[in-house]
Amino acid sequence: MMRDTIAAVATGRNASGISIIRVSGQEAVSIADRVFVGKNGSHFLKNVPTHTVHYGKILSEDEVFLDEVLAIVMRSPKSYTAEDVVEIHCHGGITVTNMILEQILKAGARLAEPGEFTKRAFLNGRIDLSEAEAVMDVIDAGSKAAVRNSEKQLAGHLKQQILSLRETILHQTAFIESALDDPEHFDLTDYPAKLKDIADALLDQIRSLLKSADEGKLISEGIRAVILGKPNVGKSTFLNLLLGQQKAIVTDIAGTTRDILEERLTIRDIPFVIMDTAGIREAQDVVEKIGVDRAREAAADADLLLYLSDLTSEFDGADLQILSEYPDKKKIILLNKSDLDAAGSEQEVREKIRENCSGEEIPVLSISARNNVGIDAFRDLVEKMFFEGHLPSSDEFYITNLRHKEALMEAATSLEKVEESIRMDMPEDFYSIDLMDAYMSLGRIIGEQIEDDLVEEIFSKFCMGK
Amino acid sequence: MLNEEARKLAIANFLKIEGHREREIRDVVDLCVVGGGHAGCEAALAGARNGLATVMFTVSVDSIALMPCNPNVGGSSKGHLVRELDALGGEMGRNIDKTFIQSKMLNASKGPAVHSLRAQADKQAYTRSMRKVLENTDNLMIKQAEVCELITEDIPDAPKGHAGKRIIGVRIASGGVYLCRAVVLSTGTYLNARCLCGEMITHTGPNGLMAATHLTDSLRALGIEIVRFKTGTPARMDKRSLDFSKMQPQYGDERVVPFSFSTDPEAVQKEQVACYLTYTNEKTHEIIKANLDRSPIYAGIIEGTGPRYCPSIEDKVVKFADKERHQVFIEPEGLYTNEMYVGGMSSSLPEDVQLAMYRTVPGLENCRIVRNAYAIEYDCIKATQLHHTLAFKAVDGLYGAGQINGSSGYEEAAAQGLLAGINAAMYCLGKKPITIDRSEGYLGVLVDDLVTKETREPYRMMTSRAEYRLLLRQDNADLRLRQKGYEAGLVSERELAYVKEKQSIIDKEVERLSTTMVGAGAAIQEFLSSLDSAPLKTATSLAELISRPELSYESIAPIDPNRPEYVLKARPVYRLTGDENRGTVEAGEEKSKQTLPEDIIRQIDITVKYDGYIRRQKKQVEGFKKLENKLIDEDIDYQDIKNLRLEARQKLEALRPVSIGQASRISGVSPADISVLLIYMEQRRS
Repeated sequence: MMRDTIAAVATGRNASGISIIRVSGQEAVSIADRVFVGKNGSHFLKNVPTHTVHYGKILSEDEVFLDEVLAIVMRSPKSYTAEDVVEIHCHGGITVTNMILEQILKAGARLAEPGEFTKRAFLNGRIDLSEAEAVMDVIDAGSKAAVRNSEKQLAGHLKQQILSLRETILHQTAFIESALDDPEHFDLTDYPAKLKDIADALLDQIRSLLKSADEGKLISEGIRAVILGKPNVGKSTFLNLLLGQQKAIVTDIAGTTRDILEERLTIRDIPFVIMDTAGIREAQDVVEKIGVDRAREAAADADLLLYLSDLTSEFDGADLQILSEYPDKKKIILLNKSDLDAAGSEQEVREKIRENCSGEEIPVLSISARNNVGIDAFRDLVEKMFFEGHLPSSDEFYITNLRHKEALMEAATSLEKVEESIRMDMPEDFYSIDLMDAYMSLGRIIGEQIEDDLVEEIFSKFCMGK
Repeated sequence: MLNEEARKLAIANFLKIEGHREREIRDVVDLCVVGGGHAGCEAALAGARNGLATVMFTVSVDSIALMPCNPNVGGSSKGHLVRELDALGGEMGRNIDKTFIQSKMLNASKGPAVHSLRAQADKQAYTRSMRKVLENTDNLMIKQAEVCELITEDIPDAPKGHAGKRIIGVRIASGGVYLCRAVVLSTGTYLNARCLCGEMITHTGPNGLMAATHLTDSLRALGIEIVRFKTGTPARMDKRSLDFSKMQPQYGDERVVPFSFSTDPEAVQKEQVACYLTYTNEKTHEIIKANLDRSPIYAGIIEGTGPRYCPSIEDKVVKFADKERHQVFIEPEGLYTNEMYVGGMSSSLPEDVQLAMYRTVPGLENCRIVRNAYAIEYDCIKATQLHHTLAFKAVDGLYGAGQINGSSGYEEAAAQGLLAGINAAMYCLGKKPITIDRSEGYLGVLVDDLVTKETREPYRMMTSRAEYRLLLRQDNADLRLRQKGYEAGLVSERELAYVKEKQSIIDKEVERLSTTMVGAGAAIQEFLSSLDSAPLKTATSLAELISRPELSYESIAPIDPNRPEYVLKARPVYRLTGDENRGTVEAGEEKSKQTLPEDIIRQIDITVKYDGYIRRQKKQVEGFKKLENKLIDEDIDYQDIKNLRLEARQKLEALRPVSIGQASRISGVSPADISVLLIYMEQRRS
């Protein structure tokens, strides 16, 4: 069991009817008791049975009334964290919620780190790996490729750049070390000047990456939604509609979109990165085939699949086949061209999915991208999915971005130190100390560097209060 | 030493096993060391000096501490190993100090991390001197015999990865049995050895010595995996047939630094001999290329894998095809002999090709070969079957050291021999084993690489293998490892006290230098300009001045008038003259001086000058230690960890690493696998 008691706002930051403040730890009940007063002005939470709800109010230190609340007491081990937990349900509103949290912190709790509640649940053995779905997702991401920083959030080109930066650094280190061990065959004459140029180039690249980090472009900062479907069902039209402008080229010719078009936009203030992809079919030529492969890759990395089909033709085996390739993805099926003569209906599609997609619940919507019909219903649906927690929240993006930025800055500092060593005429073997530091810092971005505080890191990816 | 009760118990245990007879027993001891090479000597001394009854077996008493290849000790990174071994209480450093004929600090123009000592040895003197030490060490017996079999008893409830066996003795070729509690295997290149010189193949060990042909089977019977390695040596030539006027002479240092921390530096300043440098040329390479089909390696006769970093001349010509020439070092084998070693040109080509090829080299045109170059093939074990203590995982009381573990080189062997000997002794004494990690010494890097990475060729120590080499300098091996040597029972109180005092003086002096300020007054500016150093802009600390490349602790003495007087205890010194047979360490001359000795001044300079780098490297070590200190439970079941990839699971299961750090260095285990493992452990623990 952990010693200290933590507290945080467990509900989202958005304005809502109710906010919940969660307190967990040995002192949870007595801390809550200090700030919570019953109807008759008494402090009684300490004495209540577990899993009971109590009405009362929160007063500030100088006895000013803050809010009327409900307090739920859940004693160890039957609680989210397996510790003593008190949840205080107050009336929403950021100011009031924050003031209550502040009172609880003043009463002796510590502000929870992101994900710390889940971490405690995990470490206290309340949830195990197979049960903790969120943990599993992270681990799966890890086993498949490169773990912790959720590589999939990295824009593809960033990973390539980091890999090539690392390769250059490793190559130089290897050269220096070969020369130390085999001076007969590896000559270091004039090498420092050469390394200076290489370090300059590396620094330029890292600095430009840092600049993109500041602009928020390092990671796809938003929910990655991929528009997928057979050719010529109106995917590009749909994207243009969401964007409100003509970005994607739209023709009647199937297979017009060959590469991925990536656009940022917000839907009801939720940030999205939407990708328009090539229609999936047995490709006719090489270029189109590459487009199709890329579409599949993008879909595999997506947070949400927007599957577009065309009501004028039948929702057939090919559609079901594509959908079945991504069984674990959140999906929305959009039946386009509802303005034209329909060959099928929403109802039929729902039934086909029920029969073929092993009971998966996939929302189905009819739209007309051309006539802007059904788009609001689509927006409603997306917003609902977000608030029900089916889609990742922006906290995660923010944290990942910050971490990458830190690592890049460290790498830059190390390379500057290499240049300083060159300037100071240090012997070559000194260069490799800082080169290796730079190498390791960059490795953290792509998960190639093992860190001992992994568990911390994993749980830090969860939002505050979770 | 065993008491009567322990003897009786050992005999009773031996006789309990069916077929064993009392008349087979020759002796009952604590420790048996199999092999009397550089590893065996260190292991036997470590055991005997810890008071254990020790027998060292060798196929030939005349070949104890033999140098069958190059006539030198040390060299890049190997020199570090010798200094570490010395700090731990080993013998090799002291022995080379007594018998060297030339000494040189390599890479002196580079950073202090890569400075490395190398000394040319008088081979005969080296061998004789080591034998004298062994013969005069209490509790140590030498026995000329081939060890054929390891005798074990079963132990119940053996843990995972253990064969459930414990060593109780060894059997020699005569059938005789030496009962013991621990065995160190240091068989060098003798197991099923085969020497190849072109088409001529002899089933012998190095230098025509008898091979050991039985022990491999006994190891296999215990379930130990055997591999086959190869190494080689160049020709030896008659000095009178060489023309040294066509070569560049290579001299030793004017001021020699001893290998041993307990050798009086004044005692090693002596007359030195020269080595010579010459080069191969296109003609040499042509002859080699034209006869590659007669090389046993290229003809496929040799099965063993050779060392990439100590290649034969055939390998060099093939691998560096665009190189016009390769270095050849002509080095004396000793003061007593005319034989010269031809460094850089080891070969397994036939005699006639060797002669033709050597004779193309300037200065060797009329060379007469005394001993041909040859390659040697031998059995060794997969060292991943060992713990970091060099104990076998599968058999209690069994240790491996040197070439049997897949290493190459005298220094690598000696360092392992010392560690294996220490741990065999600790095992017999019921004490905690000694281990050294990658941040503590080259020896730690060597052992960790051997037991963690699957070495597919003879392992040679190299500077680049040590990640934290700025901290692992040859000049501070005593500061790093004396304490461990003391715990291992091989370093005296006196030596330990000296090192502690040395460290405390360094710390105090560095602290004083970083807090003592000098102002930018006229006298100071004048002084700096007299040393071609830039004038001061503001007041600065003495340490900052020392960190300027052109200044040093000694050179700024005039502007540091208040240097404290340190009263030093005398350095404990190993006497080179008189009765040094026992290899004991006596107190040196009592002297109390104001000025600090050169080794302490050197430490101060390095600590101050490279402060920033040292600090960054220490930070890297912190990260490393965190992973090393995350220990994996011994009874962990890798089958139980569902998210682990199959390859990682197999590798982890086979090696059973002690820590997350070690697990992360296994090839085929990815960072993602480590994450899975970490999470599994974290949860299992709470």
